[in-house]
Amino acid sequence: MELLEQHSKLLEQFAQGDLAAFEALFRQFQAEVYRWIVRIVRDAGTAEDLTIETFWRIHRAHASFDPKRSFEAWARRIATNVALDYLKTRRPQNVPLADLPAPHSLNPGVHRDIRERTERAFRQLPAKLQIAATLALLEEQPYQQIADALGISVGAVKLRVFRALRLLRKELQSQGIEP
Amino acid sequence: MTEPNDDRLKKFIKQTLPPAEVELRRDLWPQMLRRLDEHPASVPWFDWALLAGLILSLCLMPGVIPVLLYHL
Repeated sequence: MELLEQHSKLLEQFAQGDLAAFEALFRQFQAEVYRWIVRIVRDAGTAEDLTIETFWRIHRAHASFDPKRSFEAWARRIATNVALDYLKTRRPQNVPLADLPAPHSLNPGVHRDIRERTERAFRQLPAKLQIAATLALLEEQPYQQIADALGISVGAVKLRVFRALRLLRKELQSQGIEP
Repeated sequence: MTEPNDDRLKKFIKQTLPPAEVELRRDLWPQMLRRLDEHPASVPWFDWALLAGLILSLCLMPGVIPVLLYHL
């Protein structure tokens, strides 16, 4: 109970522009915001930069934050917008493939070339479809959470994933990959 | 909205592109602090407009000053 009170007091102080409260929230949520962003952009260095950009926007918008609402959900929404802006401005052909270490779950039967071409096809999707598809298909995040982060309905998320699949199939087929 | 072909494609994507499992490797607060120092929070334009309006009102109606001070 005391922890809850402390947290809501922290949120109130943050909303009033208290830098110490902002620092406390930053330290508490930086890893979570980073994880959310790295799931979308799939590049560790970029995700760090975008985490800073997210908290910069959070800091600037402190006055519009309602301390009664969830800081986590608000931060995730802002992080999604930051990632979306990044994906929109980025040119797919100039971006190196993910620098994420290949996890043990990676299927050894999947040829590196196929993986790279599939990743490239993913990156050629329109940003809005790419975010929905990445979070739903690759990261298996709950549809409701994706919908909240994107500020759209669950139905709209499903529609975006559906459209992404259509475009992906077409792109993969044009590259001679028949899933 | 899901067809059998979609399920096959989903499975293919999942096998080909595994989820990103990367934890944050360092504390980003020093970087954040530098960003805050580079761009100190600016006063919104409407705050300046409000201040200008108040000063103008006081210049035009100086009689309001004692009333204002009383209520402060």
